[in-house]
Amino acid sequence: MAILSRSEARRILDKTLKYSRAKEASAQLTGGETGNIRFARNSVSTSGVVNNTELMVEARFGKKSGIATINEFSDDALEKVMRRAEELAKLSPDNPEAMPLLGEQKYTSVNGFAKATATITPDERAKAAADSIAAAKKKKVTAAGYLEDARTFAAVANTKGLFGYHASTSANFTVTMRTENGLGSGWAQSDVTDFAAMHAGTTSQTAVNKAVESQKARALEPGKYTVILEPSAASGLLAFMMGNYSARSADEGRSFMSKKGGGNRIGEKLFDKRVHIYSDPADTNVPAQPWANSDFMPQQRTDWIENGVVKNLTRSRYWASQTKAKAIPEPNNLIMIGGDKSTAELIKSTRRGILVTRTWYIRMVDPQSLLLTGLTRDGTFYVENGQVKYPIKNFRFNESPIIMLNNLEELGRPERVGMWGFSAMIPALKVRDFTFSSLSDAV
Amino acid sequence: MDRRKFLQLSGTGLGISMLPLSGKLVAETKLTHSGMDIAVKKELADTALNTATKLGASYADVRIGRYLNQYVITREMKVNNVVNTESIGMGVRVLAKGTWGFAATNDMTSDGIARATAQAVATAKASSKSQQEPVQLAPVKGHGEVQWKTPIKKNALALPLAEKVDLLMAVNKSALDAGANFINSMLFLVNEQKYFASTDGSYIDQDVHRLWAPFTVTAIDKKSGGFRTRNGLSQPVGRGFEYLDGRAADKLQSQTVLYRDSYDMVEDAHLAAKQAQQKLTAKSVKPGKYDLVLDPSHLWLTIHESVGHPLELDRVLGYEANYAGTSFATIDKWRSGKFQYGSDKVNLVADKLQPGSLGAVGYDDEGVKTTNWDLVKDGVLVNYQAIRDQVHMLEQKQSHGCCYADSWSSVQFQRMANVSLLPGKETLSVDNMIKDVEKGIYIVGDGSFSIDQQRYNFQFGGQLFYEIENGKITGMLEDVAYQSNTQEFWNSCSQVCDQSDYRLGGSFFDGKGQPSQVSAVSHGSSTTRFDGVNVINTKRKLG
Repeated sequence: MAILSRSEARRILDKTLKYSRAKEASAQLTGGETGNIRFARNSVSTSGVVNNTELMVEARFGKKSGIATINEFSDDALEKVMRRAEELAKLSPDNPEAMPLLGEQKYTSVNGFAKATATITPDERAKAAADSIAAAKKKKVTAAGYLEDARTFAAVANTKGLFGYHASTSANFTVTMRTENGLGSGWAQSDVTDFAAMHAGTTSQTAVNKAVESQKARALEPGKYTVILEPSAASGLLAFMMGNYSARSADEGRSFMSKKGGGNRIGEKLFDKRVHIYSDPADTNVPAQPWANSDFMPQQRTDWIENGVVKNLTRSRYWASQTKAKAIPEPNNLIMIGGDKSTAELIKSTRRGILVTRTWYIRMVDPQSLLLTGLTRDGTFYVENGQVKYPIKNFRFNESPIIMLNNLEELGRPERVGMWGFSAMIPALKVRDFTFSSLSDAV
Repeated sequence: MDRRKFLQLSGTGLGISMLPLSGKLVAETKLTHSGMDIAVKKELADTALNTATKLGASYADVRIGRYLNQYVITREMKVNNVVNTESIGMGVRVLAKGTWGFAATNDMTSDGIARATAQAVATAKASSKSQQEPVQLAPVKGHGEVQWKTPIKKNALALPLAEKVDLLMAVNKSALDAGANFINSMLFLVNEQKYFASTDGSYIDQDVHRLWAPFTVTAIDKKSGGFRTRNGLSQPVGRGFEYLDGRAADKLQSQTVLYRDSYDMVEDAHLAAKQAQQKLTAKSVKPGKYDLVLDPSHLWLTIHESVGHPLELDRVLGYEANYAGTSFATIDKWRSGKFQYGSDKVNLVADKLQPGSLGAVGYDDEGVKTTNWDLVKDGVLVNYQAIRDQVHMLEQKQSHGCCYADSWSSVQFQRMANVSLLPGKETLSVDNMIKDVEKGIYIVGDGSFSIDQQRYNFQFGGQLFYEIENGKITGMLEDVAYQSNTQEFWNSCSQVCDQSDYRLGGSFFDGKGQPSQVSAVSHGSSTTRFDGVNVINTKRKLG
């Protein structure tokens, strides 16, 4: 079963819900095809295609809820999955936080489906890998990379008249190039809706150049430096901030967004005034599913930070009901407004600083200050008087994105990056006093 | 189901960042029946093996799997969710024209299996065109029809849901009664029913059980806006529900209660609540060099990241370069026979047999009988972790038996065995170890962790930190993390406590590969001392 049309999906969902003996029930149908090709040591290692469609059903008896899923679609199977959800609901204790199912909703119309990605062939996948390996061989470096492409749909319905349908495509390519002497490594990525806009050879060339140029790195003393974080490098830190952007944690006093004495910091200016971050499912650069997976709440344009001021935090319907505030679902994309400058132009205006290609193994150290630790990787360079001077050894950083967004010097042009399962538009960030705490010997 | 979907189901992102979830969710009553008859499995397996051979494969193996999971998710006195999943299907791997091909299907008919096998052979033949050199497979003698089962006393999946919910509610109440502001607790139960057959003449039926019972307690000081957490000290195990019996004989008294082969979750939640409140006012660490005394509940993660991963041969060779990274422990270092990975106190072993461990199985996922072997002997690097198509690169003849796939639908590849630090040979208790430390920190429980892509530079936090001054523990510390370089760190190892202190820790969801697969692995040690390690202070003030 490949991508189901709106009417085919609706037919299955309606039929499933008819089997319900529970007071309320909802159903979600997701599926499609994903393909991938993986290569390393300048040779393809694995390649495959997975087709799957899955039906998830939730049955409700008052505050009791049960969830079951299935990937068969005969009438018997549809009835069986509903019975299983009902059985589990009856076995489960009451969930005092259960909210009534939503009624009919109006979802934003989103165009996130591209033909070239929908019709991608194994040969095209193989060509992407071959182009990357060819770029590597030309400069005597070694390529390791991964391309994953998807054509998917999602449809939701419930016994209270809710229905939604969304089809989308995406492709993500990452590649690491390493010099044969083991002294240089470069990385680049491409994240697109339309496979026609993906050029694995060009992306690979960026990684090859970084690998070649990053050889014979010099060691700088750890300390506070001005950094230019390329969009991928910046996104690693921003993902942690947005992943912990919950009103409930803040109101409960266990978040960097908690206010001394109680409550949260909505309305406070916590960041540089140029910081503006929002989500919008209809954004043409990063189109996204127009409802939340958790409870099918509509996704709308939501400002998280505007002029450096905290505008909104995510809030479940349960927590909204407890705090008499508006429910806001977790976003399906992220857009940070940037400037017009390319990364090269950001370098030009830098007297002394460090250019970071990629950040790696980022983990929370202290949730109170959102202090994170992680490392630079695959292309770190010293910049002086507007020019890249020489490659430097990688650093470990210990820094909070809150402090980072206060120490903003300049914003670059936003680029699309893959970020924790969704896509985001993130600019390169030039930031002063970024804290590097130790050196790493890793290449 | 992907991770994001699961997080939405669970209503919390707590401690389950690598959680995989695939397969059908099923009701409780479906979790206890025994699954497919073994004769049927053999017939289906033979269909795949015969088809592969007929189509020109020089080798084939087939895995018929039934994977059951149950997750119970709670916070305070509420059950947020109960999730049951079941996934059944078959994966076939073939070697044709010297190249691997893989296909998987949940169509468990003879036709479905023959079709998938043909697809695997076709993939192998197509991929052979870009193959640089043919796969060399270390020989394995067929085992005939054999069985293996995790030696459990109580099958956690077969117990009534109410018993599990009651336990978690008692745990949460214990923490709240002791002054915690919040507690999130969970149960993760896993059962892999795997049937493996290969053209070598093996028919291996295995029933593998694993369990994990984590929690996080939070204490809040509203006035200052500060908060602190303390995670549970349970370890994920290859045991049944009896692990949660909390037997007195398994308890070790230290600054908190430590647990050996069973765990008292209610008691630990009570202690965690008290300690989380204590952490709110604990002294902030002065950065500098300290001698570290690391409890096994902490050290397992440092072993995992700085020994387990860098000694995986696929990482060393570059197959993981684009994702997890490569390794500093290069082949030339191993070949020299002189690479001093650690001090002469350091003996690290890989072990797929250890009872109660997450990695214990009778046979790996390519039909190799499991074993144990040295990785670092008296401080010197002596071996890696490698599987059938890799060992020839080490001029070795036998696979180490650490091949694994996380589902019938995933292709098997080299994964970490249980990697552990052997206890010290001389009698040494934790108290006696601490007595000799002038300026040090005793660390219990795992915390924040980060390491570079070649496994040189790392930083680790923990759950509980105690200052040691002139041989005595003088009080609790906070804001502690230590940074070091793998080789420097293991060479600073000066003492290892004896066998009586030996305990296992582990990771339930260790991720590797693209597309990513998870595996579960244990790491044992006794309390160990490392001298002069760099400690940083992690406190920051926001405006």
